[in-house]
Amino acid sequence: MPAATMTLEIFRYRGEQDPTPVFQTYDVPYREDWVVLDAINYIKDEIDGTLSYRWSCRMGVCGSCGMMINGVPKLSCATFLKDYYPAPVRIEPLAHFPVERDLVIVLDDFMEKLTSIKPWIIREQEQPLSEGEYRQSPAELDRYKQFSMCINCMLCYSACPVYGMDNRFLGPAATALAQRYSMDSRDQGRSERQQIVAGDEGIWECTLVGECTVVCPAHVDPAGAIQQAKVSSTIDWFKSVLWPWGKR
Amino acid sequence: MGEAMSPYHRPMATTWWLTNRAYFLFMVRELTSVFIAAYLILFLLMLYKLAMGREAYEAYLHFLASPGMVVVHVVMLAAALFHTVTWFNLTPMAMRVRFGERSVPPLIVVGGTYAAWIAASIAMTSIVLWWK
Repeated sequence: MPAATMTLEIFRYRGEQDPTPVFQTYDVPYREDWVVLDAINYIKDEIDGTLSYRWSCRMGVCGSCGMMINGVPKLSCATFLKDYYPAPVRIEPLAHFPVERDLVIVLDDFMEKLTSIKPWIIREQEQPLSEGEYRQSPAELDRYKQFSMCINCMLCYSACPVYGMDNRFLGPAATALAQRYSMDSRDQGRSERQQIVAGDEGIWECTLVGECTVVCPAHVDPAGAIQQAKVSSTIDWFKSVLWPWGKR
Repeated sequence: MGEAMSPYHRPMATTWWLTNRAYFLFMVRELTSVFIAAYLILFLLMLYKLAMGREAYEAYLHFLASPGMVVVHVVMLAAALFHTVTWFNLTPMAMRVRFGERSVPPLIVVGGTYAAWIAASIAMTSIVLWWK
């Protein structure tokens, strides 16, 4: 009996050769313990060395290998062939991003958004080293810990139709990471981040489709982060109207 | 580095909301707002007719009792229920309720919204029956 095989239909775009993308079909050996990334690595090593894609850790930590797998954004290192076998699997670059080449997307937009929300602890005045570390209780850690689990894989952006229609939207991961720092008891930079988070292209663009949370491989719940940011931004507004002399 | 290669942009299809069940249900939820707005217009018209006097008001009530308007109201009620239930179920996502160091389980938060809904409905029904 011949060994089982599986068909992968892969999105190919090589702008210098052809301005329109095509789907190329590859037959790979089917193995029950293979993930989609194993199959793509097999193609790269054994069948077609010209295929381009990003990957690194193979274990769901680095966030590099996100792809559309049968139309759903997934980490290819965490998606098993056996869940699709024997049907062919269609693999495309992450939706809503420009394609650089084959499965490689242009991620500059996300990088700029990530930087814009200042993902670090901001202090009005740094305390000298002699004062020791900034201390935090487990309960204080617990308030933002979930949002700190983001691996910047951008699957949430590919699941978000709001970002798909208008990529000026700050988007799920950047908002979750803004919340991660703004809810940190050691941080004093919330009002700086709010300029972006509650600004014209921020949280109020979100219509709560909720798919960002569904596809997140790190269980960050970016949709929750955005809704919670809406609640706190509304409270800010009421405070500024009802209590204008109060501390912002 | 070789010559600059222009990235390929994939436009979003207008049928994007038909590609996935969750997107479709989201669109249905958004669409239900239209029915709720339509109901409010009918309700405002009722207040307007009431201000015009007894005759106008009773003619409007007669119009509302026509079979077509009853069907419209059943559809609007279904839309309002879908709208309410889907939003209530999303409440825990927006509200992290805490008591000291412990957070309230999402099911309790959802249950709270339903309890408030039932309480408000009972209050409204009592007021209407009281004044009758």
